[in-house]
Amino acid sequence: MIDARDVKQLLLTAFPDAQVELEDLTGTQDHYQAVVVSAAFEGQTSVQQHRLVYQALNDAMKGPIHALALRTYTPSSYAKQGNH
Amino acid sequence: MEPALRERIESLLKSSRVLLFMKGNKMFPQCGFSAQVVGLLKETGVQFETHNIMADAEIRQGLKEYSNWPTFPQLYVNGELVGGCDIVNELSASGELSKIVGAAH
Repeated sequence: MIDARDVKQLLLTAFPDAQVELEDLTGTQDHYQAVVVSAAFEGQTSVQQHRLVYQALNDAMKGPIHALALRTYTPSSYAKQGNH
Repeated sequence: MEPALRERIESLLKSSRVLLFMKGNKMFPQCGFSAQVVGLLKETGVQFETHNIMADAEIRQGLKEYSNWPTFPQLYVNGELVGGCDIVNELSASGELSKIVGAAH
């Protein structure tokens, strides 16, 4: 378990420019869905982008978070796919 | 990582062109995310193999380190990590998945 605010803080520390949408999918603080929009993903493949997020969450991925549904965007790719 | 474990991972990766490391197996996925990826792979019509990490603790830990990727399922094509459930979903939605798994040889 990890508080949503702590997850968000870890992401914003790693990606200070990021727009982060975080949802606790089960209300149990261990199944999250995250949308992360950051210029840090520019020029990276999807695999590389997700790796950056996992690295930012580091220890949180080794137990406290059981599942993370993840979507990553650069600011331009986010603008293209529209709002949600 | 122990060289023996690295070798084991690499020989597994070489054993199948399209290989999914998942919880459970094709017939009985033990996790919704693994089940989703199995379903998407089946849709492509490609032949693929699965490896049950629930029954293989060594690979379960080792692969996380090998691929620098902390979660399962993990889909590999030609020994390269394609992604986890979210990426496979995106690739399927954009029509790229069948190209990636089909173009492999």
